[in-house]
Amino acid sequence: MLPTPNLSHLTREDFALVYEPAEDSFILLDALEQDAELIRTCDPTITLEIGSGSGCVSAFIGQIIGARSVYICTDINADAARCTMTTGQVNKVALNPVITSLVEGLSPRLLGNVDLLVFNPPYVPTYEEEAARAQSDRTISGAWAGGAHGMSVTQELLRITPSLLSKEGYFYLVALRENNPTAIAHQAQSELGLACHVVLERRAGIEHLFVLRFSHLNHAVYNPGSQP
Amino acid sequence: MVKLITHNLLCCHARGCNYPENFPLVFRDVTQLEVREADFNAEFLQKMMPRLEWTALVNTAKQLGDTSLPEEMPQGDAVDEGILKKLHHVLMEIHIEEGAMHCPKCDHKYPILQGIPNMLLAEHEIGR
Repeated sequence: MLPTPNLSHLTREDFALVYEPAEDSFILLDALEQDAELIRTCDPTITLEIGSGSGCVSAFIGQIIGARSVYICTDINADAARCTMTTGQVNKVALNPVITSLVEGLSPRLLGNVDLLVFNPPYVPTYEEEAARAQSDRTISGAWAGGAHGMSVTQELLRITPSLLSKEGYFYLVALRENNPTAIAHQAQSELGLACHVVLERRAGIEHLFVLRFSHLNHAVYNPGSQP
Repeated sequence: MVKLITHNLLCCHARGCNYPENFPLVFRDVTQLEVREADFNAEFLQKMMPRLEWTALVNTAKQLGDTSLPEEMPQGDAVDEGILKKLHHVLMEIHIEEGAMHCPKCDHKYPILQGIPNMLLAEHEIGR
């Protein structure tokens, strides 16, 4: 089992400004570890985490694939980018934080170039205005406020995922039951040309969490996981 | 620690700016540049080479005082350990800690503070 990255350098003050890893982060780590062989076989050259927060997830991926990839980590929250950088240093993974929204400033250079894309989005259903305000405030509330069905930021990324992912790339997404994984999978296949599989699902308190893996439909390799 | 590998992926996304005129961003007012040793991984560099905008990389390295890379991207047997070591140094070991990157088209300024580039635009500056 791979150890959870060391976050002991981050303080209570940091976690007042930046999302602290919780059950949703841990199910993502578990799903990535379960898929470690698949990820190593894909041999990502460019790994992109969106909304990297504390940097925990990217540092964990660094343990799986090491220096065979470059790790770009975006976050709209400047404090999160700072934490991502120090987490990389403490865990000896070269993380490259960029303060931005989703992939702004990185597309078009990343189009078709992202081999491993990871997103633990703000998935909590809220009023749309609250989600929009949370993103424009560029603070910690942007880490959870997800708008209608908790899907507004996720939908924004899903729409550009087919153009970002390399031919053999994978995209890992955390979702709640309230986000309707079955509908996400259907939309992915019919509108986006992406296959979608459930890597892991788990109840954590009142939340029922899923980790979904997307890949291009014509990428016909072994793609374990169930249909949501 | 804006490394040139990150810089090679960044473009201006202000309103009216389109690829490739918005690329590469131009470093200015670099007040702190550090060279830090990084683990050399030849296979990673070979995988990364076709994804690079070589000319942009060479010219940016020159602006920062490093003239070690050839003008044309080496191919085939020319990609030897010597070249890969030079590429490794330019891509992974030069860190811009404080300064700014400007769009070559609209001159929009993206600051770099404590090694982190800030690509955010104000609402009225966003292109798409």
